[in-house]
Amino acid sequence: MKPPKFSYLRPNSLQEALDMLAEYGDDAKIMSGGQSLIPLLNMRLSTPGYIIDIGRVEELKGIREEEDVIVIGGMTRHVDVEKSALVREKCPLLTEGITWVGHNQIRSRGTIGGSIAHADPSAELPCMLTALRGEIVIMSREEEITVSPEEFFLSYLLTSLEPNQLIKEIRFPKIKKGSGYAFEEVARRHGDFALVEVAAVVELEADGTIADAKIALGGANSVPFIPEAVEGFLIGKMPDDSILKEAATLQLGDLDPEGDIHGSKEYRRYLSGVLLERALYKAIARAREGVFV
Amino acid sequence: MKQFVGQNVKRKEDHRLLTGSGRFVADIRIENMVEAAILRSPYAHAKIKNIELSQAKDFEGVLDVIVAADLKGKVKPFTEFVEFTLPPQLEADIKPTIKKNPEPMLAEDKVTFVGQAVAIVLAEDRYVAEDALALIKIDYEPLPVVTDPYETIKENAPVIHPELGNNIQSHFQVKVGDTTHAFRQANHIIKTRIKTPRVSGNPLETRGVIAEYQERNQQLDVWSSTQVPFMVRSYLSKLVGLVEGNIRVVAPDVGGGFGPKCAVYPEEIMIPYLAMKYKRPVKWIEDRLEHMQSTRHSRDQVHDVEVAFRNDGTILGLKDQFLLDNGAHNSFALCCAYNSAAHLRGMYHIPNYDITGRIVLTNKTPNVPYRGAGRPEAVYVMDRIIYMIADKLNLDPVEVSMRNFVRPEQMPYETGIFYRDGANMVLENGDYVKSLQQAMKIAGYEEFRQQQEEVRKNNKNIGIGFSSYIEGTGIGPFEGAAVKVDSTGHILVGVGSSPHGQSHETTLSQICADVFGVNPEQVSVRAGDTSLLPYGVGTFASRGAVTAGSAVHGASKQLKEKFLLIAGEMLGVTIDELEMQNGKVYVKLSPSQFVTLQEIAQAAKPGPRCKVPKGIEPGASATYYFVPPTVTFSSGFHVAVVEVDKETGFVDILRYIVVHDCGRVINPKIVDGQIQGGVAQGIGGALYEEIIYDKNGQLVTGTYMDYLIPTAMEVPEVEMGHQEFLSPHNPMGIKGVGEGGAISPPAAIANAVCDAMRPLKIEINTLPISPNKLRSLIEEAENAESVLK
Repeated sequence: MKPPKFSYLRPNSLQEALDMLAEYGDDAKIMSGGQSLIPLLNMRLSTPGYIIDIGRVEELKGIREEEDVIVIGGMTRHVDVEKSALVREKCPLLTEGITWVGHNQIRSRGTIGGSIAHADPSAELPCMLTALRGEIVIMSREEEITVSPEEFFLSYLLTSLEPNQLIKEIRFPKIKKGSGYAFEEVARRHGDFALVEVAAVVELEADGTIADAKIALGGANSVPFIPEAVEGFLIGKMPDDSILKEAATLQLGDLDPEGDIHGSKEYRRYLSGVLLERALYKAIARAREGVFV
Repeated sequence: MKQFVGQNVKRKEDHRLLTGSGRFVADIRIENMVEAAILRSPYAHAKIKNIELSQAKDFEGVLDVIVAADLKGKVKPFTEFVEFTLPPQLEADIKPTIKKNPEPMLAEDKVTFVGQAVAIVLAEDRYVAEDALALIKIDYEPLPVVTDPYETIKENAPVIHPELGNNIQSHFQVKVGDTTHAFRQANHIIKTRIKTPRVSGNPLETRGVIAEYQERNQQLDVWSSTQVPFMVRSYLSKLVGLVEGNIRVVAPDVGGGFGPKCAVYPEEIMIPYLAMKYKRPVKWIEDRLEHMQSTRHSRDQVHDVEVAFRNDGTILGLKDQFLLDNGAHNSFALCCAYNSAAHLRGMYHIPNYDITGRIVLTNKTPNVPYRGAGRPEAVYVMDRIIYMIADKLNLDPVEVSMRNFVRPEQMPYETGIFYRDGANMVLENGDYVKSLQQAMKIAGYEEFRQQQEEVRKNNKNIGIGFSSYIEGTGIGPFEGAAVKVDSTGHILVGVGSSPHGQSHETTLSQICADVFGVNPEQVSVRAGDTSLLPYGVGTFASRGAVTAGSAVHGASKQLKEKFLLIAGEMLGVTIDELEMQNGKVYVKLSPSQFVTLQEIAQAAKPGPRCKVPKGIEPGASATYYFVPPTVTFSSGFHVAVVEVDKETGFVDILRYIVVHDCGRVINPKIVDGQIQGGVAQGIGGALYEEIIYDKNGQLVTGTYMDYLIPTAMEVPEVEMGHQEFLSPHNPMGIKGVGEGGAISPPAAIANAVCDAMRPLKIEINTLPISPNKLRSLIEEAENAESVLK
């Protein structure tokens, strides 16, 4: 379990990183936290000629607030998001969901940009970003562009990122007043990849009817899945047990999870419904409690 | 005088292990050393048509590439481990068929499982060695593969070793009483199939071997991460044809063994051979990918069992036919299979018993004993049966158990069969009734039943399940200890049983310290080195404390006697006037007259000042070999309290309780640690762990992403209760405790889950209880119920 030979590059600035990508991009891999890349290298499943370690690029680290969004630099570690008071206050879905990412040791090395770029369909951050309708800011030496998760995540471990591009930052919309959120996941063991997971944000009208619902399911398709019909069905409804049950199973037929030894396709599809129902309950309960008033 | 046996003496091993200053095989560096990497078969069954090595051999930094042809006539194959062959009286009783199936060091004309070693690269470092592996070209012709134990015994199955005729490697039958008659007398008969899957022991440290040969004196030094350094030395000598006295095998700090390191592996023979051949030290450290494929697996038993019982739950007879799927080879005779047969009835009085075991071969990694060694499989069968009887009769399983226990007044209880060591299998003592009562009291059984009803109204499903076990521990043939006092008065103990997490240095020093009346700090224990003693066996089968503990006790007592004799000579008094305490020997009636251990040790030196009485050899040392008459039976109960999420199929362990008897406890904390660790591995077997092969014999669970081991998050803190029935088979009354924790969790947890889902009557007779599997069982039961309605 030793990697084949590669050249190790360590830029000290964003500009230097982008220059290196421009030069070696086709044969290079960016290392941000290394939590997925290093096993791939050691098992010789990925054999890049160059590793560009962006661990010292300070411009890519940090969490800041804009009017409606929390902006997190690509090189920010999970643990910094988990412990951030700002995130807890303005986007607590992230605080809740991120504890499902691996273990402490993994979260102290792994990065937000790394997780988004790795694009594992059962990873927590892509799912939460999709539910929140966030954005990904991508940079190359030539330009800076902003894309939606739907444009970014193409399939299993595949994104729209070009070899000369890196993730600069990720924009997570804040959770609005009158909204409740929930993150539900089941994994074989604590810290394992999710069998399925659901992130949901539900906004209620003053009379208790649903004003808006934003949902994403992870692990159920090749990319995080937005159940648009479920969202549409919920808007304007007064939520009760039967409405939520109906909503939870409405789009199970659109899910196409991969079956493996930890759970068959059918089981994961069925579980998606169970978790979606639980997530909606929790989000609505929180909205009613006015956690964000 | 303060006694240290029975005290929580702090572990002597902890400081170095917790500060990272332990020394494992991989930490050893020798000048001029080369590293080995091994090419392993990607096929489960294939002919090797051609091997092309030139590119790999020419690669920069490669010393050589070795294949089976290079070993021909130089290194013999493994045939069987004679240590595990049956004693004659047992052989005569059960008349087994056991076919020998030699295992080559490197695959010769064909491979029989994925992960089998095919070629070895020696190179300047491991990186280069792995680069060169990719340059070896092997032309394989795939052969039909068999991975299922029932498929492999069919007439038309592909035969793995043609010289065996078929894939049934061993066969035996054990009979007590008359089951035919018993089954005729019964009110009820239940018949079912119960399966324990294949798992892997997964020590934290993988295997690893370093060897250095010094031509000037023909000395071969080997360091191996093994449980049995003496066995490695013996087979190295036999298979390579070396003078045993020139070989020293050392097991340095070893990060866990659990059974898979209790055999000799091809690498432990080849690496030393190559160090001799190339006259350079050679290092091979197994990585985790290799470990999952090639370190031996375990369990993999299917039982077809039938039980006959009366209306009141009394069991009259038990019949069982089981298969042990041993993978591509078996060099351990009947070890695990016979253990299963001998332990299946456990603590129950079942006078009519008929069990047939067959060890079958498939295209999978060979199996070896792993913590529990055939007992978790047997206990799972027996305790599922107890619950199924309870279900059938609508009785409390505790009541069914109580009705069938061997009772204290029946002790010592003759089981009517031989143990694996050839002695009559006799349960020497214990009180199973009281022990179960104690466990249920800790669990709060009565209150739990009320609570269970209450929460069920809120759609919450909690359940309680128990399991019992007995375990023959401390198997022979012997273990030795050499005790000496140096010229500073410090005591040195050398033992043949080598540790890999058991705390030998602490517990054995406690035993020795008590004999001499000194503090354990004044005693140093050395183990894991064939140069310490002429003979040694090893650490496995819950035998360390029983056998090495008794050996240290015996050797210490002998040396104490000798020291009293020398002291008598020095003080001019007779031995019965003396007493040894606090590192001194006093004249009892005149305590101001004394000599210290240091003075006695100096007076034991040969020469003109020697005070050793005439007729006795000078020297301050004694060696003693303890030969146990037979094993000693530990026992216990496990109780699991679980909550089942009916919708998802997930199981949460709320509480876990163990009440056990391991005879004299040397160090309570260390015993608790053994139980807690064993339970963790048992929980793995119950809920998470399974080695899975696909139809082509490819290992599906080749990494820790797919082979799930419970972490600290999945393992609750075990609540413990102790009983101390001293064994009559050794002077201190010790029984073994290394494996007990791992034996009962699958049965206890499966029973608890069935109990939680009781209104639905589901039976969990296969493991692990994955959420997917459990959810399917719940769904089936719900559907069946709605059909009835």
